[in-house]
Amino acid sequence: MTLARWLSQVLSSRARLAVLGAGVLLLLAPLFPLWKITMFANQFPEGLRLSIYAHQLVGGNGGADLQGINILNHYIGMREIHAADFVEMKFIPFVLGLFLLLGLRTAVFARVGNVVDLLVLFTYFSLFSLGAFAYRMHSYGHQLSADAPIKVEGFTPPVFGHQRIANFDVYSYPGLGSLMLALFGLCLLAVLLFEVRRFRSEAA
Amino acid sequence: MTRHLCLAALLAALACAPSKGPQGGANSRLADAREAAQRTFVEPGKLDEFYLFYSGGHSGQIYVAGVPSMRHIATIPVFAPYPATGYGFDTETKAMLGGYTWGDVHHPAISKTNGDYDGRWLFVNDNANNRLARVDLRDFKTHQILGPIANSSGNHGSAFVTENTEYALVASRFSIPIPRGTYAPTSRYGTDYKGIFSGIKIDSASGEMAVAWQIMTPPFDWDLAATGRDISRDWVVWSSYNSERATGRLEVTASQRDRDYIAFVNWRKAAAAAAAGKGRMIGGVRVLEPREVPGMMYLVPLAKSPHGADFSPDGRYVVGGGKLAPYVTVFDFQKFLSATTANDTTGNEDGIPVLRFEAIRVAEVPVGLGPLHTQFDDQGYAYTSLFVESAVAKWKLGPFDGHDSALVVAKIPVHFSVGHIVAAHGDARHPAGRYLISMNKLSKGRHLNVGPSQPESSQLIDISGDGMTMLYEAYTEPEPHFAQLVRADLLNPIEVYPKAENRNPNAIWAASDAKITRRPGIVEAKIYSIRSYFAPNEIEVQQGDSVILHVTNAEQERDMLHGFGLAGYNINVVMDPGETKTIAFRATKPGVYPFYCTNFCSAMHQEMQGYFLVKPRAATPVASSAAGGGN
Repeated sequence: MTLARWLSQVLSSRARLAVLGAGVLLLLAPLFPLWKITMFANQFPEGLRLSIYAHQLVGGNGGADLQGINILNHYIGMREIHAADFVEMKFIPFVLGLFLLLGLRTAVFARVGNVVDLLVLFTYFSLFSLGAFAYRMHSYGHQLSADAPIKVEGFTPPVFGHQRIANFDVYSYPGLGSLMLALFGLCLLAVLLFEVRRFRSEAA
Repeated sequence: MTRHLCLAALLAALACAPSKGPQGGANSRLADAREAAQRTFVEPGKLDEFYLFYSGGHSGQIYVAGVPSMRHIATIPVFAPYPATGYGFDTETKAMLGGYTWGDVHHPAISKTNGDYDGRWLFVNDNANNRLARVDLRDFKTHQILGPIANSSGNHGSAFVTENTEYALVASRFSIPIPRGTYAPTSRYGTDYKGIFSGIKIDSASGEMAVAWQIMTPPFDWDLAATGRDISRDWVVWSSYNSERATGRLEVTASQRDRDYIAFVNWRKAAAAAAAGKGRMIGGVRVLEPREVPGMMYLVPLAKSPHGADFSPDGRYVVGGGKLAPYVTVFDFQKFLSATTANDTTGNEDGIPVLRFEAIRVAEVPVGLGPLHTQFDDQGYAYTSLFVESAVAKWKLGPFDGHDSALVVAKIPVHFSVGHIVAAHGDARHPAGRYLISMNKLSKGRHLNVGPSQPESSQLIDISGDGMTMLYEAYTEPEPHFAQLVRADLLNPIEVYPKAENRNPNAIWAASDAKITRRPGIVEAKIYSIRSYFAPNEIEVQQGDSVILHVTNAEQERDMLHGFGLAGYNINVVMDPGETKTIAFRATKPGVYPFYCTNFCSAMHQEMQGYFLVKPRAATPVASSAAGGGN
């Protein structure tokens, strides 16, 4: 019964503000890359860069790096990387909008339970997206054309961290967009912890 | 060069005689080897501080080196085909060359704003075929070749740009009867042969050049020029030899007078007179006669067979290098203006007033033997090359109070027979100082022996401080005349041609857009090139077809160049990233001809190839000998 009472507890005004503030992060996140992949080699000291946004792929050097990466990849028979192939880029902006609406709803109806729903759904969405990204990397690295000029073993480019692939040092890290989304989740978590403490102190 | 060699012989006795003034001494030295090495060493991967654009003489090209390392970085083909970059093989550059396969580049000039280099364009002359070219420093490519300029012959006194690049001013070294194509025997040289100054208007936005007007002059051999600044901003000066109006063996016949002339020409007045419809049309150009436009042109005597005529950075003084005299003459532009107002003349040449020498000259600085050309630094010093003496003199630009010999502060021997010198921004309003390069005509075995055709040498001299220090020596491509030494930070060239800027209707950016179009007698193909293939990789035509190939390099990555070499058909073009080039030729020879990427691009570069198949016109099989010919 305690849990049910807590879940139906009305959020404090500070918590509401925090949820609203977190919603701003959802608005801003699409403006920044979710993930950044950078490849360095002796002849690419400035690196070939690829930024993955919620809705687009952007190559470094004014877009030229995406073509550069695809040209290099074609030697090992990798599919060309094109934004059009990323289904995620169609649904992620939509889903972020959905979360924004849910956030507004939470701020208005302002029950702890709304925050819990939001956090659970958002965590699921985040993990699913991460998993999809990892699967995509795996697919690109394993579905290599059989008649490629250079035959290599299937491999998974790094999802997080550094990996040496042939003559390239490849680095893959989340970008500012992902950090904002993570911060959104953390804000919700902080609101819940805050509400737990308030609940306990009021009960005492 | 031959002329100079002859002079050297003529003056050998003079050169051996002791001359007055400093001879090397405390102020000029060979740097301590370790110190010099340190000052010229540019670490692998590090950049030079200056661009050196030096003329390649009769190679027809411009060469780019870095300073202080003196490393050759690139060649900019201008007046001659250059297979290394495919220049002169595609339809555009072929049309620009106009059938000529060489030129004689002498005096490059960087465009200027307020008298200082602005780094936009480089104008270079062709002394041989009377042309002028514009290199765009955004991509280091030749974009226009103007000419042959009408009426003009021997475009030597060229190219010199005005304070704000309104004009490039050029002058003829060889006088001819005009318009070109007119016959007159050399016995009528003095009257029927004409020298020509040309005002080449530069479009301030595009850099496009056009002949605006010309001035007809007596048949002197116009040599070098300089443009004024501030007080002299409307003026250009040209040195001349052969005021004798002689023909035949000029080394003798044109060396009889003690003084020849510097012409002072008001280009703004010339432009206004032409705009007002003065003069008459000759060879399609409005040609002005000095006597009909008072105040446009004056002559000032200058000893003897002068070469250089150079404005001091502030535009106040003109330094004339009389190459057969042991001193440079300094003229005061203020006094020149006073003399023109006072009409202080001693005669005229074909109606052009000759001003009284003494009224304008302020100094004769005994720099040494064979002074040719003067440059300036940021510390108030002038530098004059001494051809006969094989040295460079450093002297103070004033005060001109009669103690002329005290002005010379240092002299450094160079190896050997220096022609032009170039100091950093040494002909601009604000010289940059620090470095001077002596471009020597002879090297006489100072290098690994490469046989009888010996290279020209260029020597890097440190001019900071009071003296001069020899730092380095390099073998510059033949044959450097003048050069421009430019601060590297002034230039910001592109590294690829942005795809978005390629407006060529035949450019394609995907292999799927590659296409062969056939019309009767014509085969036209849009070819896609990228690492590491061509699409299409087979092009089949009928013998006798006109073939037009548009090849696009679809790369946008720097240094990813692709070539298209067609064996047996004498074709090689190179496409920079984002560039489209067109080749047009007739498939005269039947058979199968490979084409391939000539510019190494990738690990699969060797595989980047295809076949050009020419079906014989006749139904009968081709004799094996027919296919093999013509390579």
